[in-house]
Amino acid sequence: MPNYTFKLNGEKVTVDVEDSERLLWVLRDVLGVRGPKYGCGINVCKACTSHINGKAFNPCATPVSALDEDDEITTIEGLADTAPGDGLHPMQEAWLDADVAQCGYCQPGQIMAAVATVNKAHAEGRSVTDADIDQIRNICRCGTYFRIREAIKAGAAKMG
Amino acid sequence: MSTHPETSPGLSVSGLAEHELGRRRFVGYLLAAATVTGAAQIGIGLGTPAAAVVPGVPQPADLYDLNDLLTDAARPTANLIQVVVEEDGTASFELPRAEVGQGITTSIAMLIAEELDLPLGKVHVTLSKARPELIWNQMTGGSNTIHAMYTPVRVAAAIARKALLDAAAIALAQPHDTLSVYEGVISAPGGASISYGELATSAAALVTKAVDVELKPKSDFAVIGTPRRRKDALDAVTGKKQFAMDIDVPDALPAMVCRAPEHNGTVKSVRNQKDVEAMPGVTHVVTIPTGVAVRAKTFGQCINAIRALDVEWNPGSVSGRSDADVLEELRGIQRPMAVPNVEELLGTVTDAVGGLAGGLTAADVKTLDTDYVFYTRSGSPLETNCAVADVRADKATIWAGSKTPIVAAESIALELGLAPTAVTFNVMESGGSFGRKLFWDAALEAALISQKCQAPVRLMWHRADEPRQGRNHPMATSRVRTVWAGDNILSVEQQHTCTATDYRHGFGEILTSSAISLPAGVSNLGVSETIFVTSQQVPYDFGVTTQGLMETTSRAINSGAVRNVYSPDVRTALELTVDQIAKRMRLSPVEFRLKYAKEDRLRRVIKQVAAAGSWGRSMPAGTAQGIAIHQEYKGYSACLVEIDCRPETVGRKVYHGVTGPRVTKVTFAIDCGEVINPKGVEAQMQGGIMDGIALALTASTHLEDGHYLEASWDNYFYTRQWNTPPDVRVFVMDPVTDIPGGAGEAGVAASFAAVACAYARATGTTPTSFPINHHDPIGFEVKSFVPPVPASPTDGLSHTY
Repeated sequence: MPNYTFKLNGEKVTVDVEDSERLLWVLRDVLGVRGPKYGCGINVCKACTSHINGKAFNPCATPVSALDEDDEITTIEGLADTAPGDGLHPMQEAWLDADVAQCGYCQPGQIMAAVATVNKAHAEGRSVTDADIDQIRNICRCGTYFRIREAIKAGAAKMG
Repeated sequence: MSTHPETSPGLSVSGLAEHELGRRRFVGYLLAAATVTGAAQIGIGLGTPAAAVVPGVPQPADLYDLNDLLTDAARPTANLIQVVVEEDGTASFELPRAEVGQGITTSIAMLIAEELDLPLGKVHVTLSKARPELIWNQMTGGSNTIHAMYTPVRVAAAIARKALLDAAAIALAQPHDTLSVYEGVISAPGGASISYGELATSAAALVTKAVDVELKPKSDFAVIGTPRRRKDALDAVTGKKQFAMDIDVPDALPAMVCRAPEHNGTVKSVRNQKDVEAMPGVTHVVTIPTGVAVRAKTFGQCINAIRALDVEWNPGSVSGRSDADVLEELRGIQRPMAVPNVEELLGTVTDAVGGLAGGLTAADVKTLDTDYVFYTRSGSPLETNCAVADVRADKATIWAGSKTPIVAAESIALELGLAPTAVTFNVMESGGSFGRKLFWDAALEAALISQKCQAPVRLMWHRADEPRQGRNHPMATSRVRTVWAGDNILSVEQQHTCTATDYRHGFGEILTSSAISLPAGVSNLGVSETIFVTSQQVPYDFGVTTQGLMETTSRAINSGAVRNVYSPDVRTALELTVDQIAKRMRLSPVEFRLKYAKEDRLRRVIKQVAAAGSWGRSMPAGTAQGIAIHQEYKGYSACLVEIDCRPETVGRKVYHGVTGPRVTKVTFAIDCGEVINPKGVEAQMQGGIMDGIALALTASTHLEDGHYLEASWDNYFYTRQWNTPPDVRVFVMDPVTDIPGGAGEAGVAASFAAVACAYARATGTTPTSFPINHHDPIGFEVKSFVPPVPASPTDGLSHTY
C-alpha cells in the first residue's frame, strides 16, 4: 500500500493505506483522531466537517490520495490552535456561552462548518447573515439549530 | 483517592420500607465504605418501587401478578444508589440512567451540588453499567429520570453531607450546629475550617447504618432552579466527548453488516464469501440473523466489502407491500366510533344543567368527524446504531448507549449461550436516542459477530441501514368525533390506530420483556394500550371524553417508542379538530382554549404565549399564527407559531433539500413543575420544536414494494437550518408545585400541533395527512438496494467553502 503524507493539526503525518481510503477512516480508524464523526458516509449529514487549508470539507468524501503533502488538515481537535492565544477558538467559546450542545455528536462538525461560514463572509468583507446560516447543511437531530444560529453570530463578532 | 465501594448484602440494609418523615425528612443509609458514601433507596419519593420507571403507569393488567411477585421477590439489598465523597473533595455518582443528550448528567449533578454545598464543577456524574439488581430502576424512558431521581439523589447527598458535618464537629472540636458549609469547606465560628476532602476518610462509616436527614428547604436553593450550562459542553466542543465508536478497546476492529434489500429480509446464501474475505483489510465474513457481517481494519474497507458481497436473499417481512397497503390494514382494524347516542346525551346534559342555554334543542346538536393519517417516520438519531463487543468463551463485555442495559445484557447472554452474570454491559453516552436506545439491536449484533469471529468488534450501522432496516415511529390514523350544542361540548371521542409499537424491552429487565414478547404480539398490545391510556389526556373540559388505541399485532415493521410516542399524532389530530370547532363557535383558537382548558396551569401557559407571541397581530395573506397545547409528564405546555406559506417561500430552492412552508417564529411556554435547570429545559423545548416542525412539514419514510426508499439524510428530511425558525422563544414558567415533571419529550406534541394548526389557518385548508409533503413526488434519486449501502463519494475537495 502506498504512503500518504499530509499535515494534521499542525503535525506532519504519514499513513500507509489504500489510495481510495476516505480520509474519515484514515483519521478515525488509522490515526485515532475521533472528533470528526460518521453520520452518513456520503457527504450529506456533514458530521465529519473539518478544514483543509482553512476551508470546510468532508473527509468522508475525500480519498486520501487527493491530499498533497503540504495540505493542512484541521479537525475539531486542532481548531483552537488556529486562533490567537492559548484558549479555545472564539467559536468554541461562543458555543459554550450559548450552551449549544445536547448529545454533542454533531457539534464538532457544526463548529467547523460555522467557522468556515463566518470566514467566508468575512473574506467577502461582510458580516455573516441568516441567509448564510440557512445554507449550513449539518444535521442536528437533537434540534439545537436555534442556539447554533445564536452562537454563530456571537462567535463571528468575536472573530472580528 | 478511593474507589467506589461495592454494596454488598452484609453491609447495607435491605427490606426496609422507606420512611418519609414529613415532607423533607427521609431515611437513607450511610454505607460502610472507604470514604463517605450516602445512599438512598431508589424508590424513595415514589408510590411503589415497581412504578418507578414509568410514573403513573399501572402495570398491564395481565402482568399485575407477575409484577407483584417480582417486586416482592427482588428487593435486593443492593437496591441503592450512592453518592461518594472522594478524598480530593469531589463527589461522584454513577447514574443508573442513559445520557442521550437530554442533559440529565448535568441536572443530577446539580441536585448533588445543592444538597452537598459543593461547586457543580466538583460533582462527577457517570453512567452506571448494567446493574441487574436494580430491576426496573435502570430504564430511561417516559421523560421520567428527574421525577424518579429527584428525591433519592438528594437524600443520598444529604446523608453524605451530614456525615461530613459529624466528622467536622469532632475534628474542629465545635458543636455540630455552629458549623457552616460553603463550597465543600466546613467552617467553625472561630475561623477554623476543614474541607470535605480532608474529612472523606474519617467521616466514612465502618458499618452501614440508617440515617435520617432533612433535605434543604426550597428557600435555601442556590443551584436547583438556576440556569446552568451542560457539564459535558467543553468535551463536546473540543471533540473529546466519547461515544461508543470513539473508545479504544484493544483489537476491536470495525464491523458492518450487509443487509437485505427488503425490510427484514434474511440471508439465503453468500455466493462469494472467499472473494470478499480476500479483500484488503477484511479479517472475517460471517452470517448473522440480520445479514452478512464483515470485520475489517477500517470502516471504509467494511463498506467496500459490503458492496462487493454477492448474497442470495430471502424476502422481507413486508414483501410486496407499500404505504397504501399498511394504511388499508390500519383502516381494517379501526374500532368503530362508540360515542353514545346524541339524543340521550343531550337529555343527560339537559337534566344535569337544567336545560341548555339559549333554549337549544336536539336540532342544535352538531357533530364533527375528523380523520388524519400520520405516515411512518424514522426514529434514528445522528449516531447510527453501534456497539463495541468483546465476546470470549465464558464472558462478554459490551460498550454501547442503552436505555435498558439490564434487559439488553440478559437478552444478549441468552443469545450467546452465556450466564446472565457473564455479560458486562457498559453504558456509553449516546449521540441521541429519541427512543432508539430502548433497544439493543446493535449490541446484540456486535456480540454475535464477536462470538462468531472470536475477536472483538466495533459494529456500526451504515446510515442507509437506519431508515431501511431500523425502528420506525409507526404509521397511524387518528379519528375524532366531537358533539356539541351551543357552547357546550357534549362529547369527544378519539380513536387512534397504528402499526404495532414494539415494547419488547419491557420495563428494562428480562421478565417483563419476556412476557411482552409472547407470540402473536397480543401481550404487547396490552402494554401499548396501558401506555396509551396512561399517557394520553384530553386537556379540555369536553364532556364525555373517550380515547382509545388499536394497534396491529404483526411485528412486520420494525418499530419502537419514538420521542413522545403517541402524543405528537394524537394531539395534532385533536388540536386541528379544536380549531375547526372554535371556528364554528366563532371563537378564536386562543379564546376557545382559554375557555375550555381543564386546568389553570394550562391557561397560564396559553396566556404566556399569547402575550409574548403577540397573538392576533395583523399578518400578510399566506402567513398565519397557530396555537396548540399539551399536558403530559406532569407538565403543561403551549406553543404559538407563525408560518409563512406564501409561494415565494414555499418554492424557494435548496440543493437536494426540502423547503416548503417556513415556520418563522415560535413562542413556547412550559410549566413542568419544579425546574432543576431552566437552561436545560429550554434546550429540550427547542429540540422538541424542531421535531414538531419535521413531523408536520417534511419528515416521513416511504414504503414501496417491501422496501423503504429513504437511505440517508438528504432523503429523510428532518428539520435543517433552512427550515429552522429564525426566532424561537421559550418560557420556562416559575414552578407552582415542588414536584418536578419531565422535559425530554415534552416539547414535541404542542409544537407539531401548533405548526399544523398554523398551516391550516395560513392556507385555509386543513391537511388530512402528515407530513404535508408525504404525497409529493419522491424528490431524490433512490439509492440502490443491492448493494445496500452507497459508495462514499470521491469529490469532497470540489465542495470546499
